[in-house]
Amino acid sequence: MTQSQSLEVREKKEVEKSKGEKTAPARYFVPLTDIFESDDAITVVMEMPGVEKKALEINVENDIVRVEGHIDFSKYEGLNPLYSEYNVGHFARAFSLSSKIDAQRINATLEEGVLTLKLNKVEQHRPRRIPIG
Amino acid sequence: MAFFFSSPFDALVEFQRSLDAFRDSSWLEDSFSGGGAFPPLNVFSKDDDIVIVTEAPGVRKADLRVEVKDNTVRIAGKKEPEYGGSDRVSLHRRERPFGSFDRTVSLPVEVDPDRVKAELHDGILALYLPRAERSKPKTINIA
Repeated sequence: MTQSQSLEVREKKEVEKSKGEKTAPARYFVPLTDIFESDDAITVVMEMPGVEKKALEINVENDIVRVEGHIDFSKYEGLNPLYSEYNVGHFARAFSLSSKIDAQRINATLEEGVLTLKLNKVEQHRPRRIPIG
Repeated sequence: MAFFFSSPFDALVEFQRSLDAFRDSSWLEDSFSGGGAFPPLNVFSKDDDIVIVTEAPGVRKADLRVEVKDNTVRIAGKKEPEYGGSDRVSLHRRERPFGSFDRTVSLPVEVDPDRVKAELHDGILALYLPRAERSKPKTINIA
């Protein structure tokens, strides 16, 4: 089932303006996301290279989890572009949580530019083994 | 090219616009081997030296190899997915790219391989390539 594939570079997608424009003019991009589900949680993994922990904001409101990560542009000071293959910008993405998710028990870790959000499932939605009497 | 900014907000937009202007400029004599153009590169100049910045989120330092010779730079490695350790996992969405990568690029200027520095922070790999002494432009005095 697995085949060795060469990695492809995809253009970064900008966040659609219809979902509410930002007040600051810098461009926001959509972070590439993997979502997988295990018995006890739904895990959302987002790539946000260049975002430090202190520049990351995760908010949960009305069953929507909103992630916003900011890039520190000051690191690029004094650098003059010669050749560019990708653009640099902040990241933003939001997902709506189903009722399976316990909004109080969400874990977040940021490592190597990758944010892992573990959305733990509400107890009764975990698969249960029924004992046979 | 110097950038003068009137407000901190303008700085970000101007930087993004300038990156657009240099999108795939002909500065880099690209020559890749091993398939594909991952990871994407941005090349900058800092005075005489070259700085290459690339995004490689989720790539561990141990899985990354950088080689420099004369004026070519090679970035190779692999990126592996991690699906939590549990046995039963069902994948709902897969946007992140995974696999091996091996990319070589030729710079039109010569750099000094002994003084090259590479840093990997927050998924960003930055290569500082100082210009080779013998290829630095020499200022000529006008008599």
